[in-house]
Amino acid sequence: MAMIKVDNLAVSYGHGHDALRVVKDVSFEVAKGETFGLVGESGCGKSTVLGALAGRNKNWGGSVVINGEAALPKRTKSQLALQQMVFQDPFGSIHPRHTIGRTLLEPLEIHGLGQRQERIGQILQDVGLPHNFRYRFPHQLSGGQRQRVAIARALILKPQILLLDEPTSALDVSVQAEILNLLKDLRDRENLTFVLVSHDMAVIAHLCDRVAVMQDGIFVEVTTKRNLLQGTIAHPYTKTLLDGSKGYVSPRRTKSLADPRAVS
Amino acid sequence: MSVQFPSLSGAVTAVRNVSFKVGREKVGIIGESGSGKSTTGRAIMRLQPQGALVTADRMQFEDVDLLAASEPQMRNIRGSRISMILQDPKYSLNPVMTVGEQISETVILHEHVSKREARTRTLAMLERVNIRDPERVYTLFPHEVSGGMGQRIMISMMLISQPSLIIADEPTSALDVTVRQQVLSILDDLVTERNIGLIFISHDLNLVRSFCDRVLIMYAGRIVETLDADKLEQASHPYTRGLLNALPSLEHPRDRLEVLKRDPQWLEN
Amino acid sequence: MTTYFGNLHDWLISEDFSSNRQARLHKAYLLWLSLVSNPLALAGLVVVVALVIVSALAPWLSNHDPIAQDLALALKPPSAEYWFGTDEFGRDVYSRLIYGARTTLYISILVTVIVGPIGFVIGATAGYLGGWVDVVLMRITDIFLSFPSLVLALAFSAALGPGIENAVIAIALTVWPPIARLARAETLTFRQADFVVAAELQGAGMRRILLRHIVPLCAPSIIIRLTLNMSSIILTAAGLGFLGLGAQPPMPEWGAMAASGRQYLLEAWWLTTVPGLAILIVSLAFNLLGDGLRDIMDPRNA
Repeated sequence: MAMIKVDNLAVSYGHGHDALRVVKDVSFEVAKGETFGLVGESGCGKSTVLGALAGRNKNWGGSVVINGEAALPKRTKSQLALQQMVFQDPFGSIHPRHTIGRTLLEPLEIHGLGQRQERIGQILQDVGLPHNFRYRFPHQLSGGQRQRVAIARALILKPQILLLDEPTSALDVSVQAEILNLLKDLRDRENLTFVLVSHDMAVIAHLCDRVAVMQDGIFVEVTTKRNLLQGTIAHPYTKTLLDGSKGYVSPRRTKSLADPRAVS
Repeated sequence: MSVQFPSLSGAVTAVRNVSFKVGREKVGIIGESGSGKSTTGRAIMRLQPQGALVTADRMQFEDVDLLAASEPQMRNIRGSRISMILQDPKYSLNPVMTVGEQISETVILHEHVSKREARTRTLAMLERVNIRDPERVYTLFPHEVSGGMGQRIMISMMLISQPSLIIADEPTSALDVTVRQQVLSILDDLVTERNIGLIFISHDLNLVRSFCDRVLIMYAGRIVETLDADKLEQASHPYTRGLLNALPSLEHPRDRLEVLKRDPQWLEN
Repeated sequence: MTTYFGNLHDWLISEDFSSNRQARLHKAYLLWLSLVSNPLALAGLVVVVALVIVSALAPWLSNHDPIAQDLALALKPPSAEYWFGTDEFGRDVYSRLIYGARTTLYISILVTVIVGPIGFVIGATAGYLGGWVDVVLMRITDIFLSFPSLVLALAFSAALGPGIENAVIAIALTVWPPIARLARAETLTFRQADFVVAAELQGAGMRRILLRHIVPLCAPSIIIRLTLNMSSIILTAAGLGFLGLGAQPPMPEWGAMAASGRQYLLEAWWLTTVPGLAILIVSLAFNLLGDGLRDIMDPRNA
């Protein structure tokens, strides 16, 4: 049984005439323990798909089945705890006036869980942050540290699915490497299912098993990690994204060498 | 050149003893956040916030001593001889003026031409950056243009007065991959055609190494290495190597990415 | 002694916290340091603190009974015995001024304490829920906003009858709309912020989000607004007192004192001038304090 099963998902913003259909018709399945990637440029709808999975949008059409249970627009607390989201912007995803401990305490309070201080201590350790960080404010932490806190907050309710919205796009290269390693470790240890949204093909290929390429609200291709690495892809848009991830392609260099793959 | 900022706990040195030359070439400055790369770029144009202290043995641009120049002299230079392209056109364009007017304003300010001539030159420049209907775009406001077009408008505004040096600070970081390619090829053409110097500041290693001729790597306010862009693979400084190895790569997939270990020795300078 | 304060200062400045208490004290201390570096704001703060102390120590600071009448001593000019002279009933103006500070403070604090929470709840709820709730609440707010505040306060005061509690209610009813609008604006700004969405996705309900997340973010602008409002509260109360509503004789109230002194303006200038100056100084102090608070707390200025 698939962990996530999505059929004909459609999400629009606005009503009636001005309704913007951001996600037009999307279907996919994610098995337990698998990492599924959504790649595309801005405005294609990939973050909206993630939001629909998380329980963020209220008007969507189609069917979303998570862990065997059909998801409704309004979810219960235990349903919400199944999948948690990690946001892109480490500066905006933690309340600026709460201490880190307070931020991590909140989900525990909402769900009435016990042994709060121990759980907080444990999760800080799991994400590699020192214990006394629980008394600090977000502005005292670096971008990478804040993302660790965001990951800790997502994991503290012990979800089965982690929804990652460009988790490393706002981070420096060296910090990105640490966070990607951390995500891999946590995933392998807890057997988590990941749905990863990114515009960066290299990150996608690094973490994901299967990838959907999205453009204008639909999937133009769904392929595997191996195909990406070997370059055996079907759709031209995927090729554009792959080429783009290598950097700038100088038209003069290609003209002189007459072999597009020799650049970079 | 060094740049210091005042803070609660004493002066903070953002840029420490950097020395480099830029000719009629594309030079990239790569660094992570806090490396001082943006501060360096701004210091060249003497655009620091109040309280910042810029010291240098020499800051020479063509025939001008930038360190000793007065503020009115600098104002003449900015926008006409040295131009700066910033990351997000949403924040660098005036929201209440049409884009055409803003570009014309630049010409009028520096060259004192008539409004009509400024408009003609603006339209010509907009065409030069591959904007198909310049007359219509002239009348648009910044919030009505997409990111890629906004950056092309920025480029027209910054290049219309024929500068000899452009400083571009993360010019394509806010753009999608396909748009980025277009914008950079326009910039590439213009820089080559007019034979001007370009300083390209970015955190994107792959982009800088594929776009620029030479690369400077900055760490903690210092330049730790200088290389030709196509020789980046043979970098010798451990920080550069660390950066190269920390990137997830489609050509060399690895299970774990190498984590950069910061050696305090790199701070000795 | 100085080393103790030196050590305390270092402990408060350090960023390496070992407890929640230290974290909170650190923030408060930084705010304090910024405030005292602004001389005007500091002056405002000093006056406000002086007002509080004077009100608290009124019985000890006044040298005569504020309501004791002695018609033989009516309208005496300022002297060594009666520092600000006497009024038409022979009461010591200085002592009435001191006790009047209590009334002023009472009215300002009471109005603020009522208006802050109520304005916030109305505005934040409208901002959070949106839709028809927003429309209804905001139109109600608009109705109250469309009247000039003094006229509205007069109308309510007259309808409710004289008396200080009725004056407080009347003034509160005119002061809450701007707070509600402010709370609504701030809530709308933060409604879609990632950290609010994160809390919602973890099951947080509206109450928790408004109280725990939005309040700390709105608090600076609302506090600033309330502080700046203080001066107009004092002036409105003085205006009501001037017109005979609000505090009733013989309770000393600065506005009422200035009013009754009007008819003796030429021969006994101190009757109107002294309470008038007091109103001016305190209003100005609150304004300066509010401006100073805005400089340090408003994130836009940072």
